[in-house]
Order: sequence, then C-alpha cells, then structure tokens
Amino acid sequence: MIVAIMLFIIVIGSLVFNFLSPWWFTDIASNWGGIDFAVFVTFWICGVAFVLIGLFMVYTTWKYRRREGQTAVYEPENKRLEWILTILTTIGVVGMLAPGLLVWDDYVNVPPQAREVEITGQQWSWSYRLPGEDGVLGTVEATRISVDNPFGMDPDDPYGQDDVLIERDALHLPIDRPVKVLLRSKDVLHDFYVPEFRAKMDAVPGMITYMWFTPTRVGTYEVLCAELCGIGHHTMRGTVVVDTREDYEAWLKEQTTYAQFAARPKGDPVAGQVAYAVCAACHGPAGEGMVAFNAPKLSGQDPWYLRHQILAYKAGLRGVHEADTYGREMAPMVLPLINEAAVENVIAYIGSLPDDPAPATVTGDIEHGADLYNGCTVCHGSDGGGSYGTFAPRVAGMTDWYLVRQLQNFRAGIRGSHRMDNLGKQMGLMSKQLGDDDAINDVVAYINTLSTRMTQTAMHNAIHDRGETDGG
Amino acid sequence: MAVEAQVPYQEALDVHHPHSWITRYWFSQDHKVIAIQYGITAMGVGLLALVLSGLMRLQLGFPDTFDFIDPEAYYQFITMHGMIMVIYLLTALLLGGFGNYLVPLMCGARDMVFPFVNMISYHVYFASVIILLLSYFVPGGPTGAGWTLYPPQAILPGTPGVDWGILTMLISLAVFIVAFTMGGLNYVTTILQARTRGMTLMRMPLSIWGIFMATVLGLLAFPALFVSAVMMILDKTIGTSFFMPAISSLGEQLDYSGGSPLLFQHLFWFFGHPEVYIVALPAFGIVSDLISTHARKNIFGYRMMVWAIVAIGVLSFIVWAHHMYVSGMHPYFGFFFATTTLIIAVPTAIKVYNWTLTLLRANIHMTVPMLFSIAFVITFVVGGLTGLFLGNVIVDVPLSDTYFVVAHFHMVMGVSPILVIFGAIYHWYPKMTGKMLDDRLGQLHFWITFLGTYAIYYPMHYLGFVGVPRRYFANGEMWIIDESVRLLNQGITIAALIVGVVQILFIWNLIYSYYKGRDSGPNPWKAASLEWQTPETPPRHGNWEARLPTVYRWAYDYSVPGAKDDFIPQSEPRTAAEQN
Repeated sequence: MIVAIMLFIIVIGSLVFNFLSPWWFTDIASNWGGIDFAVFVTFWICGVAFVLIGLFMVYTTWKYRRREGQTAVYEPENKRLEWILTILTTIGVVGMLAPGLLVWDDYVNVPPQAREVEITGQQWSWSYRLPGEDGVLGTVEATRISVDNPFGMDPDDPYGQDDVLIERDALHLPIDRPVKVLLRSKDVLHDFYVPEFRAKMDAVPGMITYMWFTPTRVGTYEVLCAELCGIGHHTMRGTVVVDTREDYEAWLKEQTTYAQFAARPKGDPVAGQVAYAVCAACHGPAGEGMVAFNAPKLSGQDPWYLRHQILAYKAGLRGVHEADTYGREMAPMVLPLINEAAVENVIAYIGSLPDDPAPATVTGDIEHGADLYNGCTVCHGSDGGGSYGTFAPRVAGMTDWYLVRQLQNFRAGIRGSHRMDNLGKQMGLMSKQLGDDDAINDVVAYINTLSTRMTQTAMHNAIHDRGETDGG
Repeated sequence: MAVEAQVPYQEALDVHHPHSWITRYWFSQDHKVIAIQYGITAMGVGLLALVLSGLMRLQLGFPDTFDFIDPEAYYQFITMHGMIMVIYLLTALLLGGFGNYLVPLMCGARDMVFPFVNMISYHVYFASVIILLLSYFVPGGPTGAGWTLYPPQAILPGTPGVDWGILTMLISLAVFIVAFTMGGLNYVTTILQARTRGMTLMRMPLSIWGIFMATVLGLLAFPALFVSAVMMILDKTIGTSFFMPAISSLGEQLDYSGGSPLLFQHLFWFFGHPEVYIVALPAFGIVSDLISTHARKNIFGYRMMVWAIVAIGVLSFIVWAHHMYVSGMHPYFGFFFATTTLIIAVPTAIKVYNWTLTLLRANIHMTVPMLFSIAFVITFVVGGLTGLFLGNVIVDVPLSDTYFVVAHFHMVMGVSPILVIFGAIYHWYPKMTGKMLDDRLGQLHFWITFLGTYAIYYPMHYLGFVGVPRRYFANGEMWIIDESVRLLNQGITIAALIVGVVQILFIWNLIYSYYKGRDSGPNPWKAASLEWQTPETPPRHGNWEARLPTVYRWAYDYSVPGAKDDFIPQSEPRTAAEQN
C-alpha cells in the first residue's frame, strides 16, 4: 500500500514542483520562438504520458497488491491492446517529431539576407570578426596566428583588409537583422552559447561551423562556453550587445579594421616620456612602483596587458567599484592619454625602462604557495612570465604587495565585477580557489621565488614580445 | 544445441575442477565464481566513483568552500566518475557479473563454453581497473577531459592529466575491451550453443535475451572505441594527426595538421550510443524477470518483449549522432538521426507498457526486488521521456550541454540500471549464498535510494531549462541564474550525499547476511526459471546433477489456472491436460 501512496506522491509532487518552480527558460531574445514551441509540444506530450503511466502504476500497485485468496490472471498476451498502444505511441512520437523537424529545417537553412559574423573561441575567451564594407571575410589560417596577428589573417588577401576585428571584447549586433554566425576555434572544442538566443553550436578547430538567428530584443547578454574546453571552461565568458540600428552603426565606426590594426602607429618612447611624467609621480621614475602611493611596478609588464588595462580604465571597466579606492584614484589619471597614439607612446616608454625585479615584501608558506600556483601556471606560465595566448599578465618579479591586493580584490568581487569585463570576471572566478588571505600570501611568496629565475629568460622574452608587437 | 549434454558428467567436471584455494577462488574457471569476482571488483571501483560524485556535488552545492577542490581536481572527478560508472561498474557488473552468473544457469548449461577464456577475461578486466587506478599515481594525475575524452582538448595543455593520465585512461580502456571481448564471445556462444534440451530461443528468460543482445552490441561497438583509443594514443605519443587539425594552443603553434576532431566524436558515439543499451538491455531483461516472479504473473507480451529487445539493439547502431546535434557535423544529419532516435522510442515504450501491464491483475508481492523493479519503471519513464526532448534535434539545441542532459542520462542509464542491479542482487543473493538478505535493511536502503535519487535528478532537469551549462567548476555570477539556483544546487547536493552514505547499508547487508542471514532454501521466491531448480544452493561447480535438466515450458508459468502451485518450473514436464 505504501508503494502506491509513494508513487502517487511522486506523480503529484512532480506536477506541483513543475507548476511552482521558478526555474524555467530565460525570456527569449531571438527569432527562435519555434524552438520554444517545439519544447512546449514535447513537454506536454511527455508530461501527459508520465502522468498516465504513473497513475496507472499507482492503480495496479494499489489494487493488485498481495492479498489472501487473490490469484493473478494468466494472460500471456493481448495482441489488440499491444497494437493499440503501439499506434498511440507512434502518433505521440510523430506529434513531437514533425514540428521539431520543421523548425530544424529553418535552423539549418540560413536566410540569404543574413549578415555574416565570425566567432572564434580559444582557451578561454571569445573574439569576433565582421566582414567589413565588402561583406566578405578575408582568409585566415591557424598557422599564421601569432602575437601580432591574433586572428591569423592573410596580409595579402584584399578581402581581409576591411575586416573588423574585435579581440576579447563585446560583440554588438543590430536588432532584427538575421546573423549568420561562422564559428572557428584556435585550439580545442568550444560552444558559443547565449541562453536567451536558444541557438547553440560547437566551434571546432580545423573547420568552420555555422548557425543563424535574429536578435529581437535590445539588451546585453552573457556568452557562455557550452563545450568542455579545459580547466578555464567555466570562466570563458563573453558579452553580446543587441543595439538599435543607430547605436550599432555608431559602435561599428569605433571599431578597428585589420588594415588599421596592421598599420597601428608604432609607439614613440620619446613622446611617451613626456606623458609618463604624470605616471612617474606615483609609479616611480623608472616604473618601479611605489608602495607609499599604492602604485604597482609597470616596467617589464607585457605591453598588450598595459594597453588593455589603460583602455579598461578609460572605458570605465576598471576603477569604478565603490570599494576599489586605488582603482578609483587611477581611473582619471589615464584621461590625458587622449588617443591611441598617446597610449602607444607611453607604453613604448615604459618598455624602455629598466626591468629590475621588485623587492620581495610578502612572506608566506612557499611550499603551499607552489601547490596553489599549479592552478595559475596554465595561463600565467610556470615561470610567472605571463602569456599573450591566454591574455594573462606577467606576475613574477612584479610588486608583490600589489599582487596581494589585486587577488584580494578579485576574490571579493571588487575587481572584475563590471558586467562587461570578461577577463576580470575570469580572474575573479579563478581567484576563488585562494580560500583566505593566508593562501594569497602563500601563492605570492611562491611567485617571489620565481622572480630570480625570471630575470634572464623573461627579460629576453619581454624584449622579444615588444619587438613583435611594435613590428605589427 | 545441447552439445555439452552429451559430455559425460564426470568427465566434464574433471576438466576444470578446482584443486586448491587459488584455483577455487582466484583462478577459478567456474562461471559463478568469476561472476562474483566481476561483481566485487565492479562494486569496489564503483564505490570510488560514488565518492567522486559526492566530492563533485560538494563543490557544486557549496562553491568556494573546499580548498582541496580546484578546477583541475573537479574535472578529474567528473571524468573518472563517468568512465568508472559507465564502463567499469555498469558494463562489467551487468555482463561480467550477471551475464556470467545467469547465462549458464538459466540456459541449463554446466558452465560457459570456454571456461578458461572466461577466467582470463576477469583477470584482464582486473588489470584494466588497476591501470585505470594507476592514473592517480602518475605525475599530473588522471585525465580531466570528461568521460567523452574529446580531442584536441584531451591531449592538449589546459586539461588535467595531459601528460600521463590520458594515456593510462586510453590503455585501460583498450585492455578492458580485450577483457570484454573474451567474456562476450563466451556469453554469445554459450547462449547459442549450450542451451539444454527444450530451451528454445523463445523459451529463454528475458534476462538472457537482454544479456545476449547487449553482448552482441558490445562485440560490435567496442571495436570503435578500441581504434579511437589507439589513434588518440598515437596522436599523443608519436604526433600523428588523426584527430588533430592545425592548432594554436595557448599561443603556441603545434605541429599537427589535417586531422578531424569530429572523426573521434563519430567513432566514440558509434560505440557510445550502443553502450547505453549495453547497460540498458540486461537491465530491461532482468527487471522483466523480477517483475514477473514477484507479481506472480507471466510477463505480459513476451514475444513483443523479445522483439523489442532485438529492435532496440539493431536501431541503437543508427542513432549515435544524436549526441552530436550541435557538434558541427553536417546539419542535415539532424533529420535522419532525430527520426531514428524517436523511432527507438516505440519499442522502448512497448517495454514500459508491458511491465506495467504485467502488474495489472497480478498478485504483487512487495518484496525488496519488486520495490526496486517498480522504482526502476517510474525512473525509467522519466529518463526515457526526457530522452525524447534530447533526441528531437531542435529541442536538443537549447538543452544540450546543460544540466538537463546530466539529469536525463543519470535517470535513464545511471539510476535505472542501478535500481535493477540492486533488485537483482536482492533477488539472486539467496542463490549465490544460500542466505536471504536482511529485509528491513533492504527496505530502508530501497526507500532512501529511490526517493533520494528522484530528489536529486527530477529537479535537476529544471536547471537545464534555465540553461545552466554542465561541466562548470563554478557558475559564479552567471547572469541567467539567481539565488534560487544556488539553493536548488545545495538541495541536490544534500540529497546526493544522503543517497551516497546510505549505500553503506547495502554493503553492510551483503556482509552481515552472508554470515547471519536466514537460510533461503533452494527457491525462496518460488520462481519458475531454471537457475532456481539446481540440485544444490548455492549450485556446485558444474551446476547440475549427472543429467542436465530438460526444459518443457517458458520461464513465466505463474498462476497457471488449474496448477497446484502458483508457479511451474521450466523443468516440469507438461501435463496431459496441457498437451491437449
């Protein structure tokens, strides 16, 4: 008897859970209402089947539970009943499959007016490429990918010159215009997934996959990676902004084409020196960092990282959190760098400064720190030298008290909390492994031991990196 | 048929009679000992996988709480958990364990037809488990590529265990497949060649049909995994490019070019989908027998059940790419694979109907095996129906790679077969040991396991509706989720930990009852199938007396009108009345 009661509770409980549950699909933001409809049809056909079978089992386990004097009926088969059930099931299956396949037919046939957007996944960030005014994407090859050609563009391909490159930043899309998404991957499998769009497709290295959708709701959406891609999988976030036509055009004008990227002005250290005078007040005349002013060491930092942080401050992605006292102090300081040339000049000047390892001030359990640092090596390198591939800055030989503070800020959500700051969010998620301040001290103490190893090899690399970037 | 029946009894026994402790319990050629060896090893390694799942749930329910769980460890947990559960526990236990135990007994044979190969099969399986566990002792630990081991990620930096763990995993799988093939050839040959007189194919218990079809699937499907394991080992060690295109990994150009990651996925799922049925079909068969026996009623629609098993087996080879709808394969494949996948729902649904219709007008004894069987049916209904979501290609698009998938496959091929395994152990333990398992402990174990797993996986589907991606170490401030999702995750974790801990009751019951359990007698459930008619319980080496039993009827003569008992053993000659 208890079995029948429990089965009844399960059937009714599942229904109640379903109707009370706050957990359901996000509000749709694309044309794929058909997908939601197919889910709806499947849900109800399956739901009815579940309730009918469940209640039938409640009935049988109640009515035919063992009782004195009761004998089972001997009934090997019932052809008619079996046929009826088979036909009913087939009807149910067709009822789900037919609308499903019709919507799938839409899903795989891209409307001719759709504009192409290329999305590239890599461990662990998203980049985008638009075809530019000619409407044609230029050729790219995995073998051309390097620090100064992150997309692997063919420099001689005329179609590629006007391609708009958006590296690790937000993708904007105009509302109500179909987009054909071409997906690529540089390294492993990824999957471009915006829950509100419903559409989803893997990015596979060595091939181009596609899907299409039409954004139908203005707003900002988070991009997730839906295919396991290594230990940073859960941190591989991005942003898509759906704009009105006007906003979209305005945004598009601001973006850099490949031709502009390739011809980017080389920074002039002499001009940069003038601008650096402001920085020197806090960061020190040699960019060595000054703890009294809470200003970190700049010399020896990767130029692409300096550029990214200056732009993050300028864009209001960093130095805006209420609790980020020093970040807020820094934010207005980048305003004098009014244009790209000014930024490049000051970076070039910083690159010319002597790179002496900052003095170690943090102490901790180095062995424990080494253990913790295992989680950092994939991105920041086993020597702490940083990596452009993973967009992780150099940490070894840099001001250690600053590392401690930033790790604390990341962990507390003070840094990397801006919705559009995907790289900050990434570090925020990773920093959660450092359980407490002791752990942070331990890992930084370990990083300090790397700095001596750093000096020769990394100096060489740093110069090498700079040369490549400037050469582009 | 009945080849072995012609071999004189004494001669048959002398060939491989045990002479010492070692040949009796370790290098035994008795299928029953080998079955128990398989069973104990599988359950042992399964316990490890259970602990790993508990650790995963701790991280998911309470992120940022446990220092020792970092992304690397987490992805190693999910990989080892998945692979152990699917291959080293379920496949090994259902076929190596129950297959070995039941096939000769239910077919009326003295042993498997190749007892020596059967013995080797277990020891090779044991070696594969040891190699798998070695993963924890090599530098870098086990692979964290997920149980699907998709390249390029499985063999590139950024994934745990990329140096050694992936190799131990692939080698272990290859060794496992060798073991499976030796066992599998035995099961198939024994079923086809060594059935006793009168045991026609259409009189075989459904357990044997399920095991037979699953073994055939395994023999055809595992080679695909074997070659992909070998190819990936070559890609990893000597730099071939079977699965590896030109790649820029973490900013570094690699030497690979021209390979196809999708090739691996096709090979993997050509194995991987039949694998679902390698696990499901024996469970389908066994649960049919449990339901019929404990409901005291013949299984409803036996012939339809047999054809459903065959149809599911055949169809299972042409549905594999439903795991790949958003993999980037040619989208037109979606039409084909969605259609075949939903067609497979029809024979599967027939099986569910026939289980429930067997209960109609029955006389249901609510024994522990029956409880597990009923729990299986309702769990399988949920898992099967959610399969219709994921099989229907367009519905799969928003749900693939979310927790809906995790909930679905745990319901359908995790919890469902495990419930059958529990039911089957409570059912056949008396035959294996001569003792009954403790009923009270069994009831308690059942209720917590059944309700607990339902509480874990039913709500988990709703995380998938929200869109929460699977295989995330932590969600962080994901925009689509709010506090309620975190609470739900905590609830699921608590349920999972309770279910995990309760399995101690089961282990304890197995040990306790072996020494202190009530004597069961030869046929405590009054079952009709042949294994309950052995002259001794537990059956001795060789199973039968000088003469093999002769079969006169199917295995489901329960509550036959006019019979003196409510069951008639298969070996009971037909009465004059029946022959008319």
